[in-house]
Amino acid sequence: MATADRRGNGRQPNRLETGGLIDRSLTLHFTFDGKTYVGHPGDTLASALLANGVRLTGRSFKYHRPRGILSAGSEEPNALVELRAGARREPNTKATVAELFDGLAAASQNRWPSLAFDLMSVNSLLSPIFVAGFYYKTFMWPAALWEKLYEPLIRRAAGLGRASDDSDPDTYEKATAFADVLVIGAGPTGLAAAQAAARTSARVILVDENAALGGRAIDDVAEIGGNPSHEWVKIVEAELDRNPEVRVLRRTTAFGCYDGSTYGAVERVSDHLARPGPGVPRQRLWRLVAKQVVLATGATERPLVFGNNDRPGVMLAGAVRTYINRFGVVPGRRVVVFTNNDYGATTVTDLTNAGAEVVALVDSRPQPTAEVQRLADTTGVRLISGVVTGALGRQTVSGARIRAHGGDTVELTCDLIAVSGGWNPNIQLTTHLGGRPVWDDRLCAFLPGALPPRMSVAGAAAGDLILDKSLAGGIAAGSAAATESGHKAVAVPVPASTAESDAITPLWRVAEPDGKAFVDQQNDVTAKDIELAEREGFRAVEHLKRYTTLGMATDQGRTANVNALAIMAEITGRSIPETGCTVARPPYTPVALGALAGHHRAKSFKPTRLPPSYRWAKEQGAVFVETGLWLRPSYFPRPGERDWLETVSREVTTVRNAVGICDVSTLGKVDIQGPDAATFLDRIYMNGLKTLAVGKARYGGMLREDGILMDDGTVARFGESHYFITTTTANAVKVVQHMEYCAQWLWPELDVQIVSATEQWAQYAVAGPKSRALLQKVVDPTFDISDAGFPYLGIGEITVGGIKARLFRLSFSGERAYEIGVPARYGDALIRRLMEAGAEFGVCAYGTEALGVMRIEKGHISGPELNGTTTPRDVGLGGMVSTKKDFVGHVLGKRPGLVDPDRPALIGFRPVDRSARLRSGAHFIARNATPTAENDEGYMTSVAYSPSNGHWIGLGLLKRGPERIGEIVRAVDPVRGADTLVEVVSPVFVDPEGGRVRG
Amino acid sequence: MRIACPHCGERSLDEFLYSGDATVRRPDFASPTAMDEFIAYTFERTNPAGPHRELWYHAAGCHAWLVVTRNVATHAISSVEPARDVALAGKPETKDGA
Ligand SMILES: [Zn+2]
Repeated sequence: MATADRRGNGRQPNRLETGGLIDRSLTLHFTFDGKTYVGHPGDTLASALLANGVRLTGRSFKYHRPRGILSAGSEEPNALVELRAGARREPNTKATVAELFDGLAAASQNRWPSLAFDLMSVNSLLSPIFVAGFYYKTFMWPAALWEKLYEPLIRRAAGLGRASDDSDPDTYEKATAFADVLVIGAGPTGLAAAQAAARTSARVILVDENAALGGRAIDDVAEIGGNPSHEWVKIVEAELDRNPEVRVLRRTTAFGCYDGSTYGAVERVSDHLARPGPGVPRQRLWRLVAKQVVLATGATERPLVFGNNDRPGVMLAGAVRTYINRFGVVPGRRVVVFTNNDYGATTVTDLTNAGAEVVALVDSRPQPTAEVQRLADTTGVRLISGVVTGALGRQTVSGARIRAHGGDTVELTCDLIAVSGGWNPNIQLTTHLGGRPVWDDRLCAFLPGALPPRMSVAGAAAGDLILDKSLAGGIAAGSAAATESGHKAVAVPVPASTAESDAITPLWRVAEPDGKAFVDQQNDVTAKDIELAEREGFRAVEHLKRYTTLGMATDQGRTANVNALAIMAEITGRSIPETGCTVARPPYTPVALGALAGHHRAKSFKPTRLPPSYRWAKEQGAVFVETGLWLRPSYFPRPGERDWLETVSREVTTVRNAVGICDVSTLGKVDIQGPDAATFLDRIYMNGLKTLAVGKARYGGMLREDGILMDDGTVARFGESHYFITTTTANAVKVVQHMEYCAQWLWPELDVQIVSATEQWAQYAVAGPKSRALLQKVVDPTFDISDAGFPYLGIGEITVGGIKARLFRLSFSGERAYEIGVPARYGDALIRRLMEAGAEFGVCAYGTEALGVMRIEKGHISGPELNGTTTPRDVGLGGMVSTKKDFVGHVLGKRPGLVDPDRPALIGFRPVDRSARLRSGAHFIARNATPTAENDEGYMTSVAYSPSNGHWIGLGLLKRGPERIGEIVRAVDPVRGADTLVEVVSPVFVDPEGGRVRG
Repeated sequence: MRIACPHCGERSLDEFLYSGDATVRRPDFASPTAMDEFIAYTFERTNPAGPHRELWYHAAGCHAWLVVTRNVATHAISSVEPARDVALAGKPETKDGA
């Protein structure tokens, strides 16, 4: 911001001397399109712009027509601006809800090169090509030109602001709150409802999208309970704020109604500040769960459809009153008020009191009501029974052309046309679960139909537009909700209030308008577009919306939908209910993706799980890899090693020749106990377990009921009725869930208990010829771990330095190996002790890479083979499958397709040219066949450079693989452009006799 | 949606996992028509637009499997029972959840 502009208060030509809820003692500076203006705390950007006499705020989407501020709330279709700069730049913010802060920088959208002189407004002259159905028809033009020509052109012409390319510097959070009574909307109805409910001592949450509570009690001039209505608001607000059972969420929009009486709401915690304070989020996403809900969301005023009704200076009558009464801004000096209802006509009084000249009150009804006649008499305003046919003026309103019912036409000079076409109750949340609105002929509006469970609707949202009825309805609904939620009723009297009239006669569009008559201003849809849609057969509401894009912009057509529906009804000669109704989907107003994501972004998108040796491994300079949620050491580079391959090869060689240690705590561990544990596991695993002796472990596989392999691991038996199993890292949670399912649902008669122990144990693999020698130094000497005392597949409870521990003689590497487990809190101590004890044997730590190399060298299956498509037979485990007992997957595993001998089956591969590299994912093709899908014979699942063999090796699934040892096939990898001749070999590349594991 | 777990009370949907039809029962593997019965049990499902008995798992809670009777058209839940109790009650239920 230019400092020269920061001097002084500046002049606000349309600011009233007194009145409104703004703080005139403080001045805020802000810029709009680079120019500096001033406003006050309590202003929105829109009220401050109007105070400064700025009326042109943007250009329209398709025709680039000049647009100004239509409303004073979240229904605003026109005054969309870009706020802030840099990483905080946000497009499409409604100026009517953006609170002013010092230093706010705002820019208009859809203008090029400048707002006042817009080259694209030539689109207005080309409007025949921008008519309804434009997008659909465009798609029928030559497709080849779409990407190069039409799309860039349309995007340039129709851009709706620019998002920042930088990542959002602010934080967002999520919260859940529970209430006996949730009141949505804090106008007179909501305040009365919250007050009535709170007096029963119910837990109450009151939400309102504005910074200031009160709704029309601060927007209009009225009396409630003998006080000016804005004073009544303060009294009720103070009572609610004092009550510890009441939570008032200001700046919070309830945007969705969900099952279980759950509501989504977004609280704009810091949107009204230049930047959030330290530790404070920008926005907070609320999940509100309520026993009872009172919907008191009020109503949205409808514009009237006449010529050039989109000119800056045409404004909703209710918004005019809001700017005068809440913000102390008079948006025009010479005003025409155009209405079809009594409530709109009262704007004349507010304007007159604010010092504006009302040049005419144009009432479209054939006969003015007594209310309007009295208003004309008391204010002396010129009353015309007729319609405004068109707004005059090129950039902003300079006059109004009025046609009296007699046919006389008059042009009056004015700078503001205040319009009221009646009110649409804000019933969107009643339709989110499928409720259909019901048309009300008296109010000319849709009212709530079937309501979501535990919701009631009161006040204007229920069709009670008059203040007196709103207050009574709010108190009744608040009291009823509190009693329904279990609280004792407390009688609350209805305060006396100003008498009002809501009489209305519909006027959906002005006949023979002078100029384009807009229905949906945000998407530039006119009354003529609706006629065109009807002529082309798009009469159903949903077709009309898609054909014209009406109601499909960011405002969801809140000021447009009912007018459009009524116009379609008029054209087709049907009633409005026959024509259709409008239902809404969440969200009620746009919700930033940042708020929906909350803290779940970047590294915090998901939790990170650290294995017990993490701190030690980090000290060693390990390179880590994400496996699921776990961060596991991938390899441990040492100085002088050129690349990962050298490091991994060194780790493998150390294990095969001396001893290595690997943290395997991430494997799932499940403790299973109970008299029926043996029977239970026998039904879970495909292989027989009944013969597993106490003190022994066995490899096991489990299937899904459809016969496909689900997981594998070891089953260890610690006692007659005590087992401890391991699962793969990836399936740790799924296996427990599956076991619980089997125990609780399939076989509830079995007495068995299952508990996950993955986090309870730190477990290390100690592998290599020197592993026993190492462990001998660590395990307390009372325990015999000689080959006689602790043979291959032996298990036992031991102690390490007096700490209870478990030892398993298992091997994934093919070498003599053990797994030693201690309670997780000793994991860090144990890794240090093991490494220290192993120093004399040349021990090294190894990571997941070496682990993977060694299992491939031994032909063991892992994730790439357990891929949800393979059977036991496919991966060489067919012989393990029991044929005698019942187990999950037994029957369906015998389906013909799963036992077809032609299925690809696991086998080993090595490159014919031993220097060639193999790639997993490559497909096998017979040597003389062309590489097509028909000739596909399977694919490579796992590959590794084998230091033990000195060349690349692979495991893969090859059609009839085990029968084809010695054959040469092609491994074709079209993605990476590889085509390698490979020899089919045994999948066991190291120690095929398996002698080493036994020592 | 909220589910009233018999052990934990009313909890939010995101604590639960859905696991499908609770009206089918695992057949006897020794039945002469076991293959057909298992195919029906595993793959064949009706799609009723109304009350449905279904299995849910309180994954982020007590680990209980639950039989929830839910109107799939309105999401209204009319009963939540521990699956173990339902299974032990024994009698196989009919497809329409009577
Ligand atoms: Zn539970």
